[in-house]
Amino acid sequence: MAGADFPIAVQGLNHYFGTGEARKQAIFDLNLSIKRGTLTILMGPSGSGKTTVLTLMGCLREVQEGQVRLLGHALHGATEAQLVQLRRRLGFIFQAHNLHESLTAMQNVLMGLQVHGPGNAAKQQGAARHMLGLLGLADRLDYLPANLSGGQKQRVAVARALVSNPEVVFADEPTAALDKDSGRVVVEMLKALGQSRGVTTVMVTHDNRIMELADRIITLEEGRIVNDTNP
Amino acid sequence: MIRLLTALFGRLPIGWLQLSHNRTRLIAAVAGVAFANLLVFMQLGIMGALNNSTVAPYALLNADIILSSQEGNTLTDSGNIARTYQYQALAVPGVVAATPLFIGNLPLTLEDGSSVSLLSFGVDAAKAGFMAPALAPSVAGLALENTVLLDKDTRGMPAEALDSLASGGSFTFEANGKTLTAVGSMSVGGGFLADGMMVTSDQTFLRFFGSRSSGAPDHILLRVGDGLSPDIVAERLRAALPAAVVKVQTVAEARAADLSFMATERPTGIIFGFGVFMGILVGLVIVYQVLSTDVADHLREYATFKAMGYGQRFFLGIVFEEAIVLAVFGFVPGLVVSMGLYAGLVAVTGLPVAMDATRAVLVFVGTLGACTLSGAIATRRLAAADPADLF
Ligand SMILES: Nc1ncnc2c1ncn2[C@@H]1O[C@H](COP(=O)(O)OP(=O)(O)OP(=O)(O)O)[C@@H](O)[C@H]1O
Ligand SMILES: [Mg+2]
Repeated sequence: MAGADFPIAVQGLNHYFGTGEARKQAIFDLNLSIKRGTLTILMGPSGSGKTTVLTLMGCLREVQEGQVRLLGHALHGATEAQLVQLRRRLGFIFQAHNLHESLTAMQNVLMGLQVHGPGNAAKQQGAARHMLGLLGLADRLDYLPANLSGGQKQRVAVARALVSNPEVVFADEPTAALDKDSGRVVVEMLKALGQSRGVTTVMVTHDNRIMELADRIITLEEGRIVNDTNP
Repeated sequence: MIRLLTALFGRLPIGWLQLSHNRTRLIAAVAGVAFANLLVFMQLGIMGALNNSTVAPYALLNADIILSSQEGNTLTDSGNIARTYQYQALAVPGVVAATPLFIGNLPLTLEDGSSVSLLSFGVDAAKAGFMAPALAPSVAGLALENTVLLDKDTRGMPAEALDSLASGGSFTFEANGKTLTAVGSMSVGGGFLADGMMVTSDQTFLRFFGSRSSGAPDHILLRVGDGLSPDIVAERLRAALPAAVVKVQTVAEARAADLSFMATERPTGIIFGFGVFMGILVGLVIVYQVLSTDVADHLREYATFKAMGYGQRFFLGIVFEEAIVLAVFGFVPGLVVSMGLYAGLVAVTGLPVAMDATRAVLVFVGTLGACTLSGAIATRRLAAADPADLF
């Protein structure tokens, strides 16, 4: 089945911002399919539509025109409840960490698990601890975000996104707040997850150090794909 | 705490964590809810005392039906009714006994110069059966001229005098230049109109209230035959007596009518009712303000949770969790401080202001309801949390 091999399939996608006079097209007739277990990088100049495409594929933004199929489900016309269910199978890493200020690192990561229901508390704690450990935060479990450095916060956000074993990960410049090494650690982790568990990652980045890890690099300009390579 | 709540909700208690993270906001909100509770409790306390003191004198009576003038308002704020209706009532089937009840307010000046006013009942000493069973034997003794039963909870009476009464003695005091001897006691307590009560024979009463006539008592008390329903007999009386002049009520009806009169027709009742309303409004506004600011401050986090797959129910849960935390944390200090103020009021005014469990439960349920309502309004702001704005 196409949904299994290609968790993301986009056809004839157009997107507009604003209304009336101010209405402006940001995405033009986009077509692309992304293969399961791969790391795809979206690049392009500022304002070229990378974030817009990412949020459309990640069902964070309503599809206006064209088709987006995510994990076998058509997003156009899906109900809010269906979207909520679908989002639980995804992982998001935002440019800003967006951690909850009153939750500790551990609790923030637990939020990524509890979205699936109460579950086994001890098991969840174990999984969260393990994930934070992998990202070098074993000694920061009970810190509030205010007491973590920018890079540490971003790594907590990565742990939160990955702890629930998402099938697709969307990341928008996740390494901007990270130093060279931890940025690479995160991307290598995503790549390894792709190979071992078939996790599909779509990542927006300007970071040249990461390009060499990508399976596929798509370049956007003014809302259109201008280059699509498999290095 | 966190572990307990986590087990309870099946998720981290985000609402609680959020509130306790911002201590200043939490304290301000809790103080606001406590203050609103305090307002409501004080109003209800005074209103309750007003109600209690309005109907307390009924406890002295043992009658089924009460005939009053249509011009009167309550038991103690009554017009006069002609005694002839007593005889007409006795002719109605089912009425087996009748007696007049005289009511007046007797001001006294005590030896130390302070003044006390006594709500006075004048009753026929030969018909002591119309008085509460505990009181009836001593009422029979009131046939002796110028003797009275005195309320031992009367405000401002010298303590030694009341003590000697309680231990079976008697004591003498002056009123209207005449001497009265208290030979027994009962317990009613002061209200808004008088400091206490006394019961005398109708003869003694008429001597002290020179302007009153034996033919025009305040009320006529009736008893119905064994096993008869006062309601049915009251219906018959209404048919037999002129409705424009005589108000026929069972004692239960009269009691209820007095309460509703005090609550709705008297400025005091209306003012206190308004006070309760204001208290609730203050609470609603404070809780709404706190919760909606809290939602606004966390929109980014909420949007992130939305992106992670948390649905609307989860966010409503957080806001309601906060509402309940505020209700519980505000109610407890509100209750404690109110009880302190009640005790103070009793000490200063002698009014029967007391906290009863029903009122406490009612106010708590009301607080929960008001906080939940505020929370529900505050959740409208949640719609602004759009995960598309996160990147
Ligand atoms: N909410 C919005 N309202 C109106 N226009 C928008 C909105 N979001 C994006 N746009 C416009 O759509 C176009 C694509 O924006 P997008 O954010 O997708 O670019 P980007 O490639 O992610 O840029 P950057 O590298 O700066 O993040 C831009 O012209 C932008 O001005
Ligand atoms: Mg962008």
